[in-house]
Amino acid sequence: MFLDLVQVFDSSFRMATPLLLACLAGLFSERAGIFDIGLEGKMLAAAFLSAAVAAMTGSVWLGLLAGIGASVVMSVVHGLASITFRGDQIISGVAINFLAAGLTVVVSQSWFGQGGRTPQLTGAGRFETLDMPGALQGAEKASANPMMHLYSELVSGHTILVYLALLMVPLSWYVLYRTRFGLRLRAVGENPAAVDTAGVNVVFLRYSAVLICGVLCGIAGAYLATALQAGFVKEMTAGRGFIALAALIFAKWRPWHALYACMLFGFLQALALRPDLIEKYLAIKVQVQLLDALPYILTVVILAGLVGKATPPKAGGQAYVKEN
Amino acid sequence: MKPIPRWADVALIPLVSVAFAAICAALLLLAINEKPIEALMLMIDGTLFRSSGWGFMLYYTTNFIFTGLAVSVAFHAALFNIGGEGQAMLGGLGVALVCLFIPWPHWTLAILGATAGAMLFGAMWAAIPAYLQAKRGSHIVITTIMFNFIAAALLNYLLVNTLKKPGSMDPATDSFPVATHLPTFQDMSALLGFEKMFRGSPANVSFFLALIACVLVWFLIWRTRLGFQIRAFGKSPTAANYAGISPTWIIMIAMVISGALAGMMAVNTTQGEAERLILNFTEGAGFLGIAVALMGRSHPFGVLVAALLFGFLFQGGAELGFWTSIPRELILVIQALVILFVGALDNMVRMLVGQIFASLGYKG
Repeated sequence: MFLDLVQVFDSSFRMATPLLLACLAGLFSERAGIFDIGLEGKMLAAAFLSAAVAAMTGSVWLGLLAGIGASVVMSVVHGLASITFRGDQIISGVAINFLAAGLTVVVSQSWFGQGGRTPQLTGAGRFETLDMPGALQGAEKASANPMMHLYSELVSGHTILVYLALLMVPLSWYVLYRTRFGLRLRAVGENPAAVDTAGVNVVFLRYSAVLICGVLCGIAGAYLATALQAGFVKEMTAGRGFIALAALIFAKWRPWHALYACMLFGFLQALALRPDLIEKYLAIKVQVQLLDALPYILTVVILAGLVGKATPPKAGGQAYVKEN
Repeated sequence: MKPIPRWADVALIPLVSVAFAAICAALLLLAINEKPIEALMLMIDGTLFRSSGWGFMLYYTTNFIFTGLAVSVAFHAALFNIGGEGQAMLGGLGVALVCLFIPWPHWTLAILGATAGAMLFGAMWAAIPAYLQAKRGSHIVITTIMFNFIAAALLNYLLVNTLKKPGSMDPATDSFPVATHLPTFQDMSALLGFEKMFRGSPANVSFFLALIACVLVWFLIWRTRLGFQIRAFGKSPTAANYAGISPTWIIMIAMVISGALAGMMAVNTTQGEAERLILNFTEGAGFLGIAVALMGRSHPFGVLVAALLFGFLFQGGAELGFWTSIPRELILVIQALVILFVGALDNMVRMLVGQIFASLGYKG
C-alpha cells in the first residue's frame, strides 16, 4: 500500500506541475483584471514550438525559450485585444484557444509531415530528471526504509521544471504581496481608476501581468512536451488550461491555495491513470470518467458558494477607459 | 471613435473583419509554402460545383445555425453561453433516448419527439449554470465551460457503460429504428425525379427545422414582449430591473432557450446523420456557434449567412485535407481569426473604418 501510494503521489507531482504553472499564470493576469480563458491555447502553442525547436536544434533549453516565445506572442494578442482595443476578454481568450489548436497542427504538418506531431525527442532534446544527493535508484528503493524511500521517489527524481514550478509559488506570493509592483498589480484588478488617479500607469501594469502570464504558460507548455512527454502531439494539453482555471477559482485567486488546488487536481489526474489501485484498496469501482469530471464538479460547487465564496477581482473582465 | 453610417455598421464592419481574417489565413498558407488562391479554388470546386458538396455544406450549416442562434439569444441578454458544446451533447442524449425507447410509427412524428427531447435535455444542461448565475452570482462563462467537460465525461460514461450496444466494443448506442430515419436531401430530390443529386451527403430535413428556428428566434427577439424584455435586460440590467423585469427570470429563460437551441443541433447529427449516438458527434460545432453569432451580429439572418459561410469553410476544409497536404485544422485557424477580428478586435476595425469615413467627410 505504502509503495503504491508513494507512486501515485510521485505521479501527482508530475501531473500538478503544468496545472500549477498555468494556474499561477492565470493568477497574475486575473489579479490585474484581465480574464484569461486562453491559458489552454498558450500552453498548447508553447508545447508545440518547444518540441519543434528542441527537435530541430537538439537543445531543450532553446526549446523552452521558443515555447515561452510562442506563448508570449499569444499573450500580446490578448493584451492588444483586451487592453489596447478594449475588446471582450472572454472572446479574445476563445479566439486564442482556437488559434493555437489550429496553428499547431497546420504548422507541424508543414514542418514535419507526421500528422500533427513532432519527432520523438531524445537525449538533450528533453528535460532529464534530477537525482538529489544520496537518492536511491531502482530496486534499492523498495528495500530502503520509508523515509529514504519517500526522499528518493518523491523529493528526488523530477525534472528541473517541477522544482521551478514549486519555487514559483513563494515567489508569486512574494511578488504579489510584498512588493510595490504586486500591490499595484492587485489594485489595478480591483479599482483601476484609483490606481490611475495615483499616477500609476494602468496599461503598463496590465500588460506586465499579461506578459508574466505568457511566460508561465510557456513554461507549462514546454514542460508538457519536453519533460512529461517526449514530443508534441495535437491537442496534447487536453483541457489542462481549463483545469488550471478551475484550480484558480478553487484557490480563490491566492498563490499558496493555488498550490493546494493544483496538487489536489494533479492527484485526481494521477488516480485516473491508476483506477485499479482504488479498486484494490477501497474495494469500490470508481469510474474513470468521474475522476476526470471531479475537478470541474468541485469548481462548480465552489462557484455556487456551497463551500465558502469565491469572489473574483472586482474589475476583472472590464477594460479600463481613462478619463480625459 | 468616429461615427459611421448604419449600413456600414451592419454590413461593412463584418465584411472588413472577415477580409482581415482571410488575409491572415492567406499569409499563413504562404508561410507554409502553399498556394492560397489554388486552395480557395479547390474549396469552391469541391463545395459549390458539386451537389454532394452542397449536401455536406448544408449539413454543417444546419449545425451552425442552431448553435449560432443559441449563442445569439444568450448574447441578447448580455450572457455569454460558451457551453453550447455540452448542451448539444446532452441534446444528443435526449434524441437517442427518444429514438431508441419510443416506438415511432413514422419519421414525421419521430422528428417532433426527438426535437422535444433534444430541447429538453439541452435546456436542462443550460438551466443549472443559469440558476447559479441568477441566484448565486457564479460567473456563467466559467460554469458553462465546466459543464462542457462534465457533459463530455457523462456522455463518455453512458456510452461506455449503460447505453452501449450489447456485445459491441464501439462506444455508441445501437442504431435507431428505421422508422426514425430522416429523409436526406438525396431522398427528397429522388422524389422529385433527380436521382443523382446530393448523393452520399448527409444534409437532411433538419435543415428546414433550422430555418424555422431562425424565423422563430427573430419573432421572439423582435416581436414579442419576452424578446423586448431580454433585449432590455441585455442593454442595461439595472434599468430593466427598475422597469419591473426580473433578472432571475430573464437569465433563466434566455439560457433555457439558448440551451434548447444548442441541443437541437443533435437532431441533425444524431438522428439525421449518424442514426445512433456516438462520442464526439458535436465536432466543435458548439464552439463554432460563438464565431457564427459574432459574425451574424446576433441577428437570425446574419446567423444564417455566417452559418452558410462556415458550412462552406468546413466542407472546403475537408476537401483540402483530402486533396492537399493542408490539414483540415486550417479551419480552426480561420475560425479563430474570425472570432478575433469580428469579436475581440471589433474596436480596432471600427476605428479603422471610422477613420476612412471621416476622411471621406462623413460627419454622422
